[in-house]
Amino acid sequence: MATATATTTATTPEKRKPVRRGTVARLVVLTLLGLIFVSPLIFMALTSFKNRIESAAVPPTLWPHDPTAEAYRSVLTSSGTPVLRWFVNSMIAASANAALVVATAALAAYPLARMDFRGKRVIFGLIVATIFVPPVILIIPNYLIIGKLQWLDTLLAVIVPTAAGAFGVFFLRQFFLSLPSELEEAAALDGASIWRTFLSVVLPLSKPALATLAMLAFLTNWNDFLWPVYVLFSPESQTLPAGLSTLQSANNVRYDLLMAGAMIASVPVLVIYVFAQRFIIEGVSRSGLKG
Amino acid sequence: MADNVLVEQRPQVTEPNGGTGKRVRSPGAPPPGVPWLFMAPYLLLFGGFVLLPIVYGLWISLHDYDYTLPGHPWVGLANYTALFSSDSTVFSDFWNSMKATGIFTLGSVPLLLVVPLAVALVMNQRFKGRNVFRALFFAPYVLGVAVVAVLWRFLLDANIGLVNQVAGAVGLPDKTAWLTSTPSAWVALIGVTVWWTLGFNAVIYLAGLQEIPEELYEAARVDGASAWQRFRHVTLPGLKPVVSFVTMITIISSANVFGQPYLMTRGAPGTETRTAIYYFTDQGLRNYQMGNAAAMSYVLTLVLILASLLVTWAFRERRG
Repeated sequence: MATATATTTATTPEKRKPVRRGTVARLVVLTLLGLIFVSPLIFMALTSFKNRIESAAVPPTLWPHDPTAEAYRSVLTSSGTPVLRWFVNSMIAASANAALVVATAALAAYPLARMDFRGKRVIFGLIVATIFVPPVILIIPNYLIIGKLQWLDTLLAVIVPTAAGAFGVFFLRQFFLSLPSELEEAAALDGASIWRTFLSVVLPLSKPALATLAMLAFLTNWNDFLWPVYVLFSPESQTLPAGLSTLQSANNVRYDLLMAGAMIASVPVLVIYVFAQRFIIEGVSRSGLKG
Repeated sequence: MADNVLVEQRPQVTEPNGGTGKRVRSPGAPPPGVPWLFMAPYLLLFGGFVLLPIVYGLWISLHDYDYTLPGHPWVGLANYTALFSSDSTVFSDFWNSMKATGIFTLGSVPLLLVVPLAVALVMNQRFKGRNVFRALFFAPYVLGVAVVAVLWRFLLDANIGLVNQVAGAVGLPDKTAWLTSTPSAWVALIGVTVWWTLGFNAVIYLAGLQEIPEELYEAARVDGASAWQRFRHVTLPGLKPVVSFVTMITIISSANVFGQPYLMTRGAPGTETRTAIYYFTDQGLRNYQMGNAAAMSYVLTLVLILASLLVTWAFRERRG
């Protein structure tokens, strides 16, 4: 890829500026940096296919001599560390959380973007202010609230409370504000109710933003660590990140097993990332602009 | 596509509307109560899991709140004063954890402000493959702290880890105890965090850089400004709100560091790398001493509020 880039730039210079020397230097620096970012991930993948002895070999081998899925079989079938169950739990929790975030945030963001009503500024100010509330002060009281709701050690504990975050409302409000209001006015003129307008005009126009928010919520929930570690305690109820901690305690230096577990926790998000990285990155970067 | 629709519809919509002067149930002027109905589901969550806990936590912090005991007697400010009196049982652990978080924050924030900016400046130039590199740098961030910490604990293993092996191969010390001795444990925790979140800050910077009008650079070039002068007098001022935002969120997320020490060092050596959140949650949710854990989290929050004010003050508009 690096060579291809270099030749294209050399043959079809886009700008008149003397960029060639800089281009090569930049490519070298960026490729080295890229290696620093990607090689640990590749090494994780390769190690997960090594056997127990090779995974701890000194000096380490790069390519597995005798590729085996033994580590995967082992972590997926062990009863003390039911990784398959964690995978299912993570899928359920992250999907349900993403759905809840998108539904509640879209409903809340619409009036904040489009309607005039008393108290709008106060309520929006309150919601935005909590973006900067450090999560630490919510942990202890939310643990007790979850306990009173009888949700401890159930997936509801990791699905519902995190959907209260302000980011989704903030993100969709900005998006709704960027939509032209003429279409909504036309719908209103045709006699559509506000609800109808929201459902059949606003939401269809907002599909990219809704999809981006759903993916960000899914990733955040899938990766959430601190909260599940404390609210999900029995092995069957854990999600993958909390489970990785359990797996690490149970297999302290069995790096073949740990890398297989880490791979199982990474592959779904990496797949989403490969297909939707543009939306994810743009979703994240947009959040900073309005700060 | 939506833009085309808009252009065609604009005259049709605004003119009859303005002509009749009639506004029938446009979203702008809803019947009373409708906005609140829309917001009700979110406000239920927001009230229950954000606003209520903020107040409830304060109430808990004023009690001797042991989760395992039936009674939770009122103790006033005792949980707070205990944090500041050196003869209390929590004093040294609390300040030790605050110190650990302080070291981590002071070490990671400058790196996470400067390195991503450098990366963003390079990425802001037009070249082929730019989006591929952007995607590579951002990749670790989508993985989450658990995968990142488990992976790096393996790579940083003192005996068989890749990092020491590579260091040995190029003639550097190859026996560094990255996870069990300081200061190398701090280098490891901070380095891994930079690796993990650099891409996040870089894409925010990059978006900010792309908002700076190209004409400003052209004008500076016409005036004969050097690359450094353009950076100093065009880029930095234009980026100021973004830098202020990134500074704020980086301080907050660094001060909340938990997963890296929890999974990589387990607080070792001793409890030197046991950070504030690590200790507070251990105290509140493992030892069930929720009253003093809640008090600790309010003290940390207060420190963070002061830090945010300091950042806001540092980035204030100096002109006029």
